[in-house]
Amino acid sequence: MGEVKLLQGNEACVFGALAAGVRFFAGYPITPSTEIANIFARELPKIGGKFMQMEDEIASIGAVIGASCTGMKAITATSGPGFSLMQENIGFAAEAEIPCVIINVMRFGPSTGLPTHPSQADFMQSRWGTHGDHPVIVIAPYTAREAYRETGRAVNFSEKYRVPVIILMDEILGHLRERVEFKEEDIVKEVNRKGPEAGVPFFPYEHTDDWIPPFANFGSGYRCHITGLIHDRTGFPTNNPEIVDQVMRRMNGKIDKHIDEICRISTVDVEDAEIVIVAFGSVARSAAEVVRIMRSMGKKIGLIRPVTLWPFPDREIKKAAEGKKAIIVPEMNLGQMVREVIRTIEGETPVHPLNRIDGELITPRDIIDFIEEME
Amino acid sequence: MSIVENFDLYAPRLIDKEEYFSAGHRACQGCGEALAIRLMCKALGKDTVVVNATGCMEVISTMYPTTAWNLPWIHVAFPNAAAVAAGVEAGLKVMRRKGRIPDRDVKTVAIGGDGGTFDIGFQALSGTMERGHDVLYVCFDNEAYMNTGIQRSGATPFGASTTTAPAGVASSGKGQWKKNITEIMVAHNVPYVATACHSYPIDFMNKVKKARSIKGPSFIHCLSVCPTGWRVPSAHAIKMGRLAVETGIFPLYEVEEGKYRMTYRPERIRPVEDYIKGQGRFRHLSPDELTAIQKRITLEYNKLLDKVDNLHSWGELQD
Repeated sequence: MGEVKLLQGNEACVFGALAAGVRFFAGYPITPSTEIANIFARELPKIGGKFMQMEDEIASIGAVIGASCTGMKAITATSGPGFSLMQENIGFAAEAEIPCVIINVMRFGPSTGLPTHPSQADFMQSRWGTHGDHPVIVIAPYTAREAYRETGRAVNFSEKYRVPVIILMDEILGHLRERVEFKEEDIVKEVNRKGPEAGVPFFPYEHTDDWIPPFANFGSGYRCHITGLIHDRTGFPTNNPEIVDQVMRRMNGKIDKHIDEICRISTVDVEDAEIVIVAFGSVARSAAEVVRIMRSMGKKIGLIRPVTLWPFPDREIKKAAEGKKAIIVPEMNLGQMVREVIRTIEGETPVHPLNRIDGELITPRDIIDFIEEME
Repeated sequence: MSIVENFDLYAPRLIDKEEYFSAGHRACQGCGEALAIRLMCKALGKDTVVVNATGCMEVISTMYPTTAWNLPWIHVAFPNAAAVAAGVEAGLKVMRRKGRIPDRDVKTVAIGGDGGTFDIGFQALSGTMERGHDVLYVCFDNEAYMNTGIQRSGATPFGASTTTAPAGVASSGKGQWKKNITEIMVAHNVPYVATACHSYPIDFMNKVKKARSIKGPSFIHCLSVCPTGWRVPSAHAIKMGRLAVETGIFPLYEVEEGKYRMTYRPERIRPVEDYIKGQGRFRHLSPDELTAIQKRITLEYNKLLDKVDNLHSWGELQD
């Protein structure tokens, strides 16, 4: 530790994943995430891992699911169009409770959009992209250092909670290079999925105390029956309404049950602030700068930055926003996270969206102008 | 003297003077693919709708605020060119039948690179061929994902170094052989399938014209030299295309209703080394690997000659 490196955001994701024990990558080239594939292609063979380039993004997430079933820690990376193609399989992984991690380096959409420009318009898609009620965790880093640490955390969450975890980056964060000084808290500790206990009857979808059933890897000697059909604790399909209800509530509820560990926000000067900015990803970098500038001018501005985007950190944000004069939510989209913020604080404080959808970053100037105009 | 006398018959004189894919686009210097598209458009003429999958050609031809296309043109997401072309063809057919549009023979042409054809667009391509749409699909194969920075594809040849199949101490570049897309298309029992290369412009344009005249699905696999991705000087684009053909690596042939025909048969097949040695992407190959490639290419070439000599057309087989 104390190690200093010059890292690109995309590169940091790779090393964070490797530190968490990822040894399998399947992917497909797409701007602005291609560097992740390129670096995995270079690094994985050196440590006995496997890199596979697939024929499209459907196959990429498919291979990741397959590899994960054998017990490998598997990851893929993509951007908007590819992320859209992955949605069906993300639903499968959520339903069959197969650990996997998807890095989505957001680019401007819809469709091909502006492939080399940043966006935050996949905020809702990352949570609700696939059909049906399903669990998913979404994490948004804002620096290369955090990209390293949070990718590691994402891999660990996927293993621990048997759930797809999405890292939501954006083009700016993916491509910027910055000085990263690793500290004690950046150490990524490996977490492994829970396996069957010897001598105890094994049910692959058992309703355990922690709501996370043990996972038997292919080839481990246990009978594996994995399906996208709704299944009972044995893994076999059922349409018994009572069981379906139980299974759906456990599968979706397992995230809420562990919400304290999963949810994370970061705050800057929020305590005495009158106006608070809520921002994530690269926009939070601009927001942090605004806090620095405006504080030096004697203005009481603070920043709340959700690191875990989904489940949305309701409680943390509600508490931090209590008693403030106004909340500003700058986003590179037409207003997605702002809906969650409004829902969370339930009309206690006025919430102002600040949106930019021209393919450019929301700058500190944009936010300062907005605040001054508002006052 | 005699050459000058016969100059009126010189084939390039017969080519359409109109530019449907105009100059000023942003392709790299020496881009074989841009040249091939220009030739293709001249062979197709103005009654053409072009459906373009994501790839280099979409990017370089439509830089804001300009376009190189003087034809109706639609760019669609990476996997979908063949499927959208199927819809365009079916839609035009219905509108023509109803008399909503002039009664003209408009050809729907889908184009894609090797990634958009061999890999991500393969399912849609297969479906369009199977349903029998009157669509010409031209694959411009530069043997990797050049647009995103040289990643391997199903069309990348054995031994080529790419960013996702890098050559180094432990690896010799791509470890798999190139997918034979032409044969896969032949297996769809479509009326016309051909290979072509921009280095043989008249041959290529004749094939496009033939495919255009055929009612039903047709497929042309056009090898397109990419100096940037192949690591060759841009002045060598035409030469590399010729060497691919003369070494037997990329033979020029067509399959018309089941009948194979070589459209250009080199008198003497050159060793594959002649083609490989000038390219940076193959620079790391060992003599053993070169021998393995030569062996495989000879086998594939002989398999093709065997088909040319022995296979009959569907018409002949019916009697």
